[in-house]
This record gives sequence, structure tokens and C-alpha cells, in this order.
Amino acid sequence: MNAVTNRCAVITGIGIVAPGAIGVKPFWELLVAGRTATRAITAFDPEPYRSRIAAECDFDASAEGLTPRQIRRMDRATQFAVVAAREGIEDSGIDREALDGSRIGVVIGSAVGCTTSLENEYAVVSDGGRRWLVDHTSAVPHLFDYFVPSSIAAEVAHDRIAAEGPVSLVSTGCTSGLDAVGRAADLIAEGTADVMVAGATEAPISPITVACFDAIKATSPDNDRPAEASRPFDRTRRGFVLGEGSAVFVLEEREHARRRGAEVYAEITGFASRCNAFHMTGLRPDGREMAEAIRVALATARTEPSTIDYVNAHGSGTKQNDRHETAAFKASLGEHAYRTPVSSIKSMIGHSLGAIGSLEIAACALAIRHDVVPPTANLREPDPECDLDYVPLEARSLPVDNVLTVGSGFGGFQSAMVLSGPDARGRAAA
Amino acid sequence: MNADTVITGMGLLAPTGLGHDEHWKNVLSGASAIGPVTRFDAERYPSRLAGEVTDFVPEEHLPSRLLPQTDHMTRMALVASDWAFADAEFDPALLPEYGVGVVTAASAGGFEFGHRELQNLWGRGPEYVSAYQSFAWFYAVNTGQVSIRHGLRGPAGALVTEQAGGLDALGEARRQLRRGQPMVLTGAVDGSPCPWGWVAQLSTARMSRESDPALAYRPFDAEAAGYVPGEGGALLVLESEEAARARGARRRYGRMAGYAATFDPPPGSGRPANLARAVRAALDDAELRPEEIDVVFADASGTPEEDAVEADALRSLFGPHGVPVTAPKTMTGRLSAGGPAVDVATALLALREGVIPPTVHVSRPLPDHTLDLVTTPRRARLATALILARGHGGFNSALVVTGPR
Amino acid sequence: MDQLTTDRLMEIMRECAGDGDAMETDRRPEDVEFAALGYDSLAMLETLSRLEREFGVAIDEEEFAGAVTPAELTTLVNRILTEAA
Repeated sequence: MNAVTNRCAVITGIGIVAPGAIGVKPFWELLVAGRTATRAITAFDPEPYRSRIAAECDFDASAEGLTPRQIRRMDRATQFAVVAAREGIEDSGIDREALDGSRIGVVIGSAVGCTTSLENEYAVVSDGGRRWLVDHTSAVPHLFDYFVPSSIAAEVAHDRIAAEGPVSLVSTGCTSGLDAVGRAADLIAEGTADVMVAGATEAPISPITVACFDAIKATSPDNDRPAEASRPFDRTRRGFVLGEGSAVFVLEEREHARRRGAEVYAEITGFASRCNAFHMTGLRPDGREMAEAIRVALATARTEPSTIDYVNAHGSGTKQNDRHETAAFKASLGEHAYRTPVSSIKSMIGHSLGAIGSLEIAACALAIRHDVVPPTANLREPDPECDLDYVPLEARSLPVDNVLTVGSGFGGFQSAMVLSGPDARGRAAA
Repeated sequence: MNADTVITGMGLLAPTGLGHDEHWKNVLSGASAIGPVTRFDAERYPSRLAGEVTDFVPEEHLPSRLLPQTDHMTRMALVASDWAFADAEFDPALLPEYGVGVVTAASAGGFEFGHRELQNLWGRGPEYVSAYQSFAWFYAVNTGQVSIRHGLRGPAGALVTEQAGGLDALGEARRQLRRGQPMVLTGAVDGSPCPWGWVAQLSTARMSRESDPALAYRPFDAEAAGYVPGEGGALLVLESEEAARARGARRRYGRMAGYAATFDPPPGSGRPANLARAVRAALDDAELRPEEIDVVFADASGTPEEDAVEADALRSLFGPHGVPVTAPKTMTGRLSAGGPAVDVATALLALREGVIPPTVHVSRPLPDHTLDLVTTPRRARLATALILARGHGGFNSALVVTGPR
Repeated sequence: MDQLTTDRLMEIMRECAGDGDAMETDRRPEDVEFAALGYDSLAMLETLSRLEREFGVAIDEEEFAGAVTPAELTTLVNRILTEAA
């Protein structure tokens, strides 16, 4: 909540495009079942690559209601975002006609934007990489929309919600999905907008992305067992599994939502981000900056570590991340870090870079709604250095009112968000 | 609560100069830096002019360790960050651990670096792709590299709203200050001077195809025929007045008094563009009336339709010929997200010096625009300036600066 | 294929990751740890990929990580080259 304006943002609608699940309902079913959606790459021939697995979306743009013209014009990441936004808007029950467009904004997060379309078009204009002086005459007319990924936010804004307030794309690597929603919540809290369509999208499963993670050996080479390849917090983990997808929310000012009788998933009570200023890809083992982001997010939410019922971890499954993060939880939550369940849904839907932060916020909102926390799949051999309760293999039912979700990204970005259920205060008082 | 954001340092690299002193001298004298593309052979392309930062030698400014892992625009951003802190007489090591944040805007990222790696991948094979490709091209790269270079561990941000991002970054930075952050380094340094970036920009058909540097980019002119792209940008040190005073900062270029962003309605909706509404909201935010604005730094698209939208917006707010309007970017070309950040810096220098720098090359301003277009340097008492920026696809941003009190 | 020399290795590293830090030490430069020379994990990965391409070898990741000085890495690469011959 903003101390000056007394305003705060609540989630009233969710839309999802995820590996193994298009739509909120199948997404939650997949998570609760602990089912994994990682598999051998089908988007292109992965034979020459070190890591040949990914969590892909079985996404049929046409079946999801996009027109042929939209499909031609929009990158896959844009298509995901538009489809997720439509579901979120529908889910919120918001009546666009009743709203002032200038009080509606959009923030979409994405780390690599329209990279797949850019690469496809590059292959054409360079004649398969043969010419440096690429050929402008064979370029598609909407190439500029791939070049500058703010086109993703623009397409969402121009679609169902017809936003005329602040619109932007946030691109802070793998914390984009958290930072985009954090920024949107802040725009509502400070009074710039009443409704924000906010979330994140990514469709990075293309040769250049796979090759660049190969080059730094960040992705898992467990090509012979794709379903078990993403093993956050497991002793045998060997890197992350690339994913794709989108989650887009309708955020509203709390009173705005109350007045129209909207059903609230959760309130965004705290958010903070910090830089490690350490390394573009490396992490300090002590998790210092993530711990600071968590402390500030908790302080903004005016809550104590002991109120946190569930921690949604970044849990990418790289050696360094899972240790870094475990240290950050201990440093920021103290003894409570050992008591609260922590899990990583990347074990099931992979790591969709900029999108994953929003998909994880969705998992948190649904955990609050259903009083169930999703498991960490594939966690069979605990790493002695990761000694918290990571909810291995099976979802767990428990009262979930306050949730912490965190992200960590290339560039050294560390972000943390606190979400609270609509009846969090009631239960705390009881 | 808006009077408390001050600008205490700037680091600028533009086609018009390395550093804001050289830049200011050149824009005052109307010295255009637009010329033939030299970074690659542009002969085969229908547009062959650019605003390049020609005398920037990265090796003279940066350790060799940083060079293999950085795109050209990131190298310029790193140097801009050095200069901004030096100009603010500030050593980041002296601030509390999380005291300084970084927010930058990008448009296409380190596109030249990305182009090279795409060529390595497609032309030679995956094993030729650099380990640095995982971050050197992406949109957040300048924020990450600048934070590492100076040990800045406060909040990080990176926005993409095409050209408007150069102002939106400052808006986001001010939001961080309002949340209690003492200082944020913000702005944008941008540019994609490689064949692949060139072809991507050509696809809009808004790039000027004129071959004479004096005729190629003439916003608001009867002969306006598109824009010339360029590279460069500026990073600014934004502080709360309280933090600036506490550290004994001696200089204030001015205050960031107001800011707002809007988005245009969907094409075909019949609803008007929202640039004017962005200006009105920024003025409200600054608690200023239109007649209190002393000069406008225009977005100056250079395409007739978009020039008309901007001229209409200015007329609706200020009346015909109601306020001096200028576009020094006619000397640099449009620097993607970097351009509006340079405009903010130029506006602050104009306030300090009491001179409006000119718009060059515009010999026949369209009378219908009813603009008071400044085409030669004009002395004036300047206390306030409005800077406009638009991003491809419907993004509008407006920012108001006022001089130091 | 020619064997790798430490001079050639240092040259490759300069191309991949810039100059190493000057050290005040009585050790020979090739006996100073990469980390002490200022080469980080990315610099090493870039070097690894370059060595594999230039010398046409596959270097085991763990063995590579175990070679912490230019002299050790040169020995490792040359051993693999000899074994492959």
C-alpha cells in the first residue's frame, strides 16, 4: 500500500499460456499434480546443440482466437501475451465500456522480446548467415515490431483493454516478470492508473537462445531424460531447462475492485528489487542482495517473516542459483526459512526467462485461492547445501495467506514480491 | 512533492560531441553531425545517412576486459556513466550500500553484437556463438553493466517504449526516489549501426531516403520526408534534493518537475492521439500552466503525419505560435531511446545558458503547423522547458524541467 | 595439429576476454591462477569454446575447471591433443 495515497493493487484476473497448459485451470491442475512439461525440443532441429530439451507450449494461435493477420504480424511471445491478457480480462469480469481508457495502463515484461521472429527474419535476409550486408528487399514490413519489443506491450494495449494510460515493456532479464507486475502495482498505488493489465511473456526457444545458453553451460544437458531434467534443489541438478509462456493479470486499485464486487485473488503488498553489481551472470554465494530485496519487500508489506506461509523460489536448477537463493532465504527470513514450505515450479514448466516471474506470481495467487502449495517436481536427492523444506514431488494443502516470490536474473537483478490473500487480515486477527 | 527531484550530473555522448560541453557548443553553432554511414557499407541501401558518434575510441576509456563482452552502445553507456558521476562530483563508493539505483531505457538492445553472433551461429555453427551473447545484446545490458562498473546495488530497471523510453526511464527513476531511494542514475544510450539494425529500421518506410545531409531530416518542413537514425545518448544523475544537500552537491542543473506518459488508441478507433494529454498531465504534475513553459523540445518525427499530430497538440495547448519550439536532434538524427535523454540534457543546458538551441535544415516550416520554430539560436529568459518523445506504436511521453532555483 | 603454448594461450585469452591484471608476484605469469589474473567464469567459458574450435578437441568440463593456471590449461590441452593423435 502507498502510505501517501492509501491505494494498493489487487489481482482480479489471471490469464495463462504455459507449457502443458493453456489457461488458468489446466495450469493449476498441472502444478498441483506435480506433472512436468519438459521434453525434447520440437520447435527446430536441436541436434547440433548441447541442451536439446525445453518446456514448450502446445499453442495454436488460431484456435486461441487470433486472426491470420494478427498471427502473421505478431511474434510468438506477442501472441502468448495477447491470448493470456484476453483470458485475464475475461476472468476479471471487468467491463471495459464502463472505464476511462486514460486510467488504464499496460506493463508487459520480457527478457528477449521477439527474438524468435528476429532470428527467423535474419535467416531470410542474410541468406542463412551467408551475408553480413543483409538484404533489405526480402525483409517483412513489420520487422521493426520485432526489432523493438515494446510492440508486445502495444499489441496488448490495443487489443481488448484499449489502454490509453501508461504503457511499457519492462526488460530486466529473468526478473522481468516480477518487475513488470511490481511496476504496474506501483503505478496503481501512486495514483497514475486504476487498472493495469500486467504480466510477462517469452518465447525464446530458438537456435540463438539455445546456443547462447549452451555457450555458458547454464542449461541442462540431460537430453536422455527430458521429463526429469529440471531438478531444482536436487543434488544431481545440472542446469535449467528453457521454457516459454505468458501470464497476464488484471490489477486494480483495491477500492475500484471492491466497488464493482470483483473477486480478488490477492493483494500485492510488497515489492523490491536490488542489483548485485557483481557479475552479469554470476551470483554472490551469500545471496546478499536477494536477501535485501526480500527484507524491503516484507517491510513495504508491513509484515514479518513469520507470516509467510509459502515461498515461491526462483529455483532454476543451476548449481549456483539454488545455493544462492537458499542462503538469501536464511539471511532474510531467519529461522522461519526452515519452517516455511519453499518450492520451484520451474521443475515442471521450465525457466521461461522474462515470463517466469509472472507465471510464478500466478502460481502464488492460485496457492492463496486454493490453500495448496505446488511441489518441486523431480526432487529425489536433496542437496545437503540446500537444506530447506522444498515440498518435494507432492503438492501440500495448508492455509496460504501470505506468500513471498523471488526472482534472480542476468545483469545481477534480484527481485522479491509479497502477496496477501483477501482474507489475510481476517485470519491473522482470528 | 515534485520539486524535490534534482539533476546533479550528466554524461553525454552524441554525434554532436563527446561530453555535454562539446555537444552544447556544437548545437549552439548549428553544426549538424549527420553524414554518410561509415560503420558499414551502406551503399546498397536506400537510406545512407546517419548521426554517428565518430570520435569515440572505446579503448581510451574502458579496460580491455570489458571490450569483448560489450556492444558499442554499451561501451558508450559505460563511459556516459563515468562522466555523469564525475560531473556530479560523486563517488558511488561513498553512498550507503543500496543507495544508488540504475534505470535505463533501450530500444533494440546491443543489436550489432547480436548481429555478429547470429552470423556466427547461422554462418558457422553453434560452437561459434560467444559466451557473452547470453547478455551482451539484451535490453537490460546497460543497466547491468553500469551497475557492476560502479557498484550500484539499489533498484534496477530497464524499460522499452522505443524512443519514448528516454523519458520514461526518468519517470521510473523519479518513482524510485519517491520510494526513498537517495539517487538513481538514469537515461539511455542507444543505437544499432549495423546492417541488420539498418534493415530493421528501413522496414518502417519512415527513414529518409534523401542523400543530402542538409535535406534528409527536416521535421515540420514542407519537404519533411522521414528521419535519419543516429546513436548516442545521455545518463543523468537524479537525486532527491535532500540527498543532494546531505552530500554537499554543489551543482543543480535543474529539477525534474513533471512527467507523464500516455498511449494512443487502437488504429481505426477514430479516437484522437494522446500526445496532448501526456503534456497536460506532465504540466499538472509540475503544477505549471501552459503559459509558464518557456521552450518546447519537440519529438520532431520528420514524417508529415506525425509532425502534424505534434503541431496540433502544441497548438491545442499553447495556441498558435504560442511557445518557442526547437529540435536540436535535427543535428544528431533520432538516437532511439537515447535521443530524448539527450534532449533533457540539452534543455537543462539551455536553461542554464539562457539560449534556445536551433532546429537546423528546416527552411520552409509548414505554415499550417503554426509553430514558433526556433531556427537560429535565440536568447531568452528560460525557467522551464518541456521535452516530448514518442515511441513507435503509440507511446507518448512528456517531461518538464525547471532551472535551478 | 600444433601443440598449444602458454604464449598462444595468453594471446587467445586476451582476444576472448581482454588483458589479464598485472601481478606483483615472483611467479611466472603462466603459474598465476586465472582468477588472480582477473579472468572470470565467462572469460574461461569463452576461452574453452575458442580452444575447442581452434584445436579441434573436446575438453571435459570438469577437467577444464580443474586447470586453474595457464600452465595447467596448456598441459591439459596438449595431453588431449597427444591422446587424440
